[in-house]
Amino acid sequence: MATATLHANDTHAHGHDHEHEHHEPGFIRKYIFSEDHKTIAKQYLITGIIWAFFGGALSIIFRLQLGFPNMNLDWLKPVLGEWIVEGKLEKEFYLALVTMHGTIMVFFVLTAGLSGTFSNFLIPLQIGARDMASGFLNMLSYWFFFLSSVIMFASLFIETGPASGGWVIYPPLSALPQAMPGSGLGMTMWLTSMTFFIVSQLLGGVNYITTVINLRTRGMSFTKMPLTIWAFFFTAVLGLLSFPVLLSAALLLIFDRSFGTSFYLSEIYIGGEALPNVGGSAILYQHLFWFLGHPEVYIVLLPALGITSEVIATNARKPIFGYRAMIGSMMGITVLAFIVWAHHMFVTGMNPFLGSVFMFLTLIIAVPSAVKAFNYITTLWKGNIIFTPGMLFSIGLVSLFISGGVTGIILGNSALDINLHDTYFVVAHFHLVMGAASFFGLLAGVYHWFPKLFGRMMNNTLGYIHFWLTFAGVYCVFFPMHYIGIAGFPRRYYSFTALANNAQDTFADLNAFISIAAILTFAAQAIFAFNFFYSIFKGKKATQNPWNSNTLEWTTPIIVGHGNWEGEIPAVYRWPYDYSKPGSASDFIPQNVPFSATPESNLPEENEEIANEKEIEGLLAVQNDVYNH
Amino acid sequence: MSSIHAAPAVPEKLTWAGGSEPLKASYGKLMMWFFLLSDTFTFSALLVSYGMIRFSQPAWTGAHEKFYFATTHWPIPEKVFEAMPFFHGEAPLVFVGIMTFILIFSSVTMVLAVEAGHRGDRAAVEKWLLWTIIGGFTFLGSQAWEWSHFIAGPHDLAKAAKDALGNPIVGANLTENPYGPPAFADLFFFITGFHGTHVFSGVILIIMVFFNTATGLYDRRGHYEMVEKVGLYWHFVDLVWVFVFTFFYLV
Repeated sequence: MATATLHANDTHAHGHDHEHEHHEPGFIRKYIFSEDHKTIAKQYLITGIIWAFFGGALSIIFRLQLGFPNMNLDWLKPVLGEWIVEGKLEKEFYLALVTMHGTIMVFFVLTAGLSGTFSNFLIPLQIGARDMASGFLNMLSYWFFFLSSVIMFASLFIETGPASGGWVIYPPLSALPQAMPGSGLGMTMWLTSMTFFIVSQLLGGVNYITTVINLRTRGMSFTKMPLTIWAFFFTAVLGLLSFPVLLSAALLLIFDRSFGTSFYLSEIYIGGEALPNVGGSAILYQHLFWFLGHPEVYIVLLPALGITSEVIATNARKPIFGYRAMIGSMMGITVLAFIVWAHHMFVTGMNPFLGSVFMFLTLIIAVPSAVKAFNYITTLWKGNIIFTPGMLFSIGLVSLFISGGVTGIILGNSALDINLHDTYFVVAHFHLVMGAASFFGLLAGVYHWFPKLFGRMMNNTLGYIHFWLTFAGVYCVFFPMHYIGIAGFPRRYYSFTALANNAQDTFADLNAFISIAAILTFAAQAIFAFNFFYSIFKGKKATQNPWNSNTLEWTTPIIVGHGNWEGEIPAVYRWPYDYSKPGSASDFIPQNVPFSATPESNLPEENEEIANEKEIEGLLAVQNDVYNH
Repeated sequence: MSSIHAAPAVPEKLTWAGGSEPLKASYGKLMMWFFLLSDTFTFSALLVSYGMIRFSQPAWTGAHEKFYFATTHWPIPEKVFEAMPFFHGEAPLVFVGIMTFILIFSSVTMVLAVEAGHRGDRAAVEKWLLWTIIGGFTFLGSQAWEWSHFIAGPHDLAKAAKDALGNPIVGANLTENPYGPPAFADLFFFITGFHGTHVFSGVILIIMVFFNTATGLYDRRGHYEMVEKVGLYWHFVDLVWVFVFTFFYLV
């Protein structure tokens, strides 16, 4: 069994039954095909960062077209080659850029890069496990993701261009190779790549869920788990139940494209000629796609919210406000995520009555979301706030989550959606609430856990500059888009010529402003990249618990070895949010400090828990046994 | 862990308190359960797609005896699947009934293999796994026959549905279907094929487990949990067939 290799450092309980595990793994096993969750997390993180720069760069290219439609782009010829035609961006390539920007950002950066990194890194460390339940499947998960990345990346360089039908790849556009160049080989590669991506997600998700259920250290009951772990747990459940539906949708689409079936195709004329396909339904694809697509929004967002809970409580030096309400609201979001998908389809000709049901369910999401927003604010309220870069990005997330969230109430309304669907208003909404907010969560996590990831600190000053440029930049880019959307600009258009009231001229300056802001914000990320890679090698050495945090990962050695803890895994006695507890001399009490050691700060009900401490410690033999068999 | 492995007892109130595997479910078994949960959604999506396309097409409204094959209405399954190997004449749904029985019976032999594993009886595990493998291959073989019969089309070409030009359609494939709308053939091939792929992977897994049993790996390991895990998968595949069977042959 895979876990048999985990207890190499656990020399107290057992040590000599498996002679093969005492030599250090070679370079390949240690850094490339590693089964160690920390290495896999770093692989996900660095792959995600590389993808983020590619995804961002694509958006800058199409922002040039949108902000400066008359600009001569010949200087991009060395990079884009034939895609620049007479100084202009090729029209089909513009669609490819939009599609690949969405695909890369949603799946490769904010799904794999975010939950791949932090679920892998934090689940074993925060619940007190030596590694994931199955290190081997975990390794496979990364390498399936890598394979999918290579295929998607390769598709950027083929002659007919990558997939161009939007990240949602609706048929018939995506199903018929003759519909547009991007629906040829590019779309085939997109589907192949996504199939591997789904396999990777399922392998990861099964592992995360099982690890949380089975490998918590003694005393770490579900109600003592950090909110980060709760968030990763719900994220994994969401992915596990929604990605298989995308797999089905993609397989049916592959058959429609390559084997002549008509699952999604019916009664289509191309160039005046009727295609033989009858009997399928394009709406069917949309239902299947959005059954994944909507939970995907929360797959992207929940880990960021979990990270924020942890970072805000630590740096406000206050217990998280409403711990159980936070769990409940995440659970509510998880359930609701599965029953609101058709709000993406209000104007597809769906039965309006069905639309009103989905509208009602959609608007209910405002309740758990508001609970979370209020809880963040009340945690900050009268806190002894320490503005680390991680904290700034977390507060930034709360701001973006609120300002992007309120427009969700508008868009969730099926009547208003008739006007607003597929405009820049939608683009503004989801970039703030899901794109930028999740991105901020990712950055907060990197700044906060960098000392644990690499044993060194990132530079704070560069972190502050990065934060303020990004925060101001994100608002400058996405806030004006609301106005552009209300003015009637449709998304995914190459250029605008005939909008009502000549809006294309009136808003030309605002579009240029957005593009300049986007370029500056993108450029600011170079500060982060420098800070990140420089600090890995040259950063200031970290201390064991630089943020005076309560969770278990800070009880491991500064450079965490294989198996995470030298000697026994610590037991857990209290929740992770005992910050600034009245009566306590220290302003934080880590989870592994028993109540019997802190009589001065215990609440009455906590004094009663002292009696259970012996029993919890008594589970050590059972816990060691879990790693033995 | 199975009963062979004696883990120290955990007080009941500490079941979920960490430090132990709740309800003594090993990580491997949990992973199998969650994988099956996820696979349930894969099949559900396909069967929902079947339902949506099926009910967007006109059904046969006339009398049962007067039914004929045409691309304008969905076929009645009993009229399509009415053949038996070595038997001339009509035997509606008999063959698929036998197939279903074989598959369900292979679930029974799988249960017996798991039970023998609990007792640590290697010979019995081998015996029952072998029966399960035979059951699985028989099902796959029957499905191959069913497919080839479906692909060949009706014996009497006059009965086949007509194409747009009025000529009878010869043989079923992914674009044409002599029994009715092409969507029927598309869905039939895709969903039973997808299920058959699952059965095939299941048989391969059972062969691997059989090999490990025969070489004594599980005896050395001290438990037969792998038989249990593959057993879970096998039962799941059988359960899915019950739904596929209901959708394609009974509704």
